[in-house]
Amino acid sequence: MEMMLRGAIPLMQVDPACLVPMMGAKVCAGFPSPADDYIEEALDPSRLIITNPVSTFLWRVTGCSMIERGILDGDFVVVDRSLTVKVGDVVVAIIDGQPSLKVVKRRAGRLVLDFANKAMGHLQLDETSEAIVWGVVTWSLTQHRKLS
Amino acid sequence: MKRVYALSDGNSFYCSCERVFDPSLIDKPVVVLSNNDGCVVARTPEAKAMGIPMGVPWFEIRDSYLKAGGKVRSSNYALYGDMSRRVNAVYERFADEVEVYSIDESFLDLSRAPDPEAHARVMRDTVLRWTGIPTCVGLGPTRVLAKAANHLAKKRAEMGGVCDLTDPERRAALLATLAIEDVWGIGRALSARLAAHGVRNAAQLAAMPPKSARQILSVTGERIVLELSGVHCSALEITPPAKKGIAVTRSFGRPVTTLAEMEEAVRTHAVRAGEKLRRNGRAAPHIQVFYFTSRHRNAPQRSVSGIEHFPVATSDSMALAAAACRVARRLWADGFIYAKSGVMLEGLIDPADAVPDLWHTPDPRRAELMRAMDAVNMRYGRNMLAPAGVTYQRPWSLKQDLRSPRWTTRLDEVPTVMAR
Repeated sequence: MEMMLRGAIPLMQVDPACLVPMMGAKVCAGFPSPADDYIEEALDPSRLIITNPVSTFLWRVTGCSMIERGILDGDFVVVDRSLTVKVGDVVVAIIDGQPSLKVVKRRAGRLVLDFANKAMGHLQLDETSEAIVWGVVTWSLTQHRKLS
Repeated sequence: MKRVYALSDGNSFYCSCERVFDPSLIDKPVVVLSNNDGCVVARTPEAKAMGIPMGVPWFEIRDSYLKAGGKVRSSNYALYGDMSRRVNAVYERFADEVEVYSIDESFLDLSRAPDPEAHARVMRDTVLRWTGIPTCVGLGPTRVLAKAANHLAKKRAEMGGVCDLTDPERRAALLATLAIEDVWGIGRALSARLAAHGVRNAAQLAAMPPKSARQILSVTGERIVLELSGVHCSALEITPPAKKGIAVTRSFGRPVTTLAEMEEAVRTHAVRAGEKLRRNGRAAPHIQVFYFTSRHRNAPQRSVSGIEHFPVATSDSMALAAAACRVARRLWADGFIYAKSGVMLEGLIDPADAVPDLWHTPDPRRAELMRAMDAVNMRYGRNMLAPAGVTYQRPWSLKQDLRSPRWTTRLDEVPTVMAR
């Protein structure tokens, strides 16, 4: 069972093969550039998108209610549970036991949850509905080219 | 400096892990089953209230439990291991030293906190917010008292999940409400013996003269009594109750940067864990390996954990060591300075209850070999005889029908959030 090998989510780690070294000079035939002695530390995308690995989780998006915030059906979202919710955040909210993506807005002095898709209008919650914020979305990842 | 120990553990840990990613389980009775869905190994308070006993065979309660609206999951150790790693990473931020005791329990050194109880409350809130796991924290000047305090924090909702037994007066009052069988290391047999001497609660036990404690309880019992009265005994080593599992963790004496060193470390842990297993007469269905860098070092950080299941539950040091090395190798990445590693064995069973596997019949001579090895080490000192090389065979798989997805360790199994 290749549990961690193939499927590991690089939240805490990055396969060294994925690191992108930044070269000091363009590739050229002939003498190597003296600047190549100054290869920078490799870029690690996970360090860019994950600031607190302990509290960060990945979720997969299904549906189109967030398209005006650039989050598409099938995207991955990076969710940090350690952040305090602010107006304008996209959050994973648990509404009546169901996880969903919503935008946090201020309306009439109250914080409310809403869609980010005009075609869907505004979210109307029943008086009896219960909503809690699970975590704050910090990044979304869209794949633009399927790799084999 | 006054010592302050904390024992922090996850409330119904396995069930709580399930609830983090499946909110439909919140407020519902939830049980988690052992490997191969044999019996109940974790219950939420709602399931306890339904009268579901710990360890009951699943088939005995299945129909009535499900009819009453109870929820069930197979054990998902990939998830529990990852959540455990995260919870311990939060502890590392709050404590000078973290000793992982089992998958859901850790001892912390909070001696330097100006107000340990307030510190523990902030830590508990942080663990809950960051990981979604509710915990209870017990504080005391010794580990036995920290454990007793943890027990009280769990039983008494009004304490808000934190119980502080560092103050002697408060300690005396609270220990009087704790039954002796709930004291760490005092089993049912010893409780009966103590009751015959009129000792019924933890305060009476703490007040016992050490000499008579030794007569009734032996050396370990005497140390427990001393610790209960606030005297720290460094020699005290109490193995977790068999059902809880076994953890062996060490900080490295010097930074580890190569796979060869890491393999040697986890192999040593696995061999040690194997000894503990056999001493307790248990077998492990799987092994978890973890290692991480030091947060206090200004260098790239990395923390990983992985798991391997055995076809048949085992207590064979060689099988444990081989599996530990395979996991360590799978998780390895160069370029980090590792500070600590460990192995954990959970879901332990009586070897007689191990489900035989048609394709993997353990060699009976291996059990003999382990017995011989233990006898030699008992006589000539630890590690006199230890397995050397290990083989790297292909791992195997296991059937778990009711397992939730490996939400945090598999890209194709991360939870789905609706945008509708």
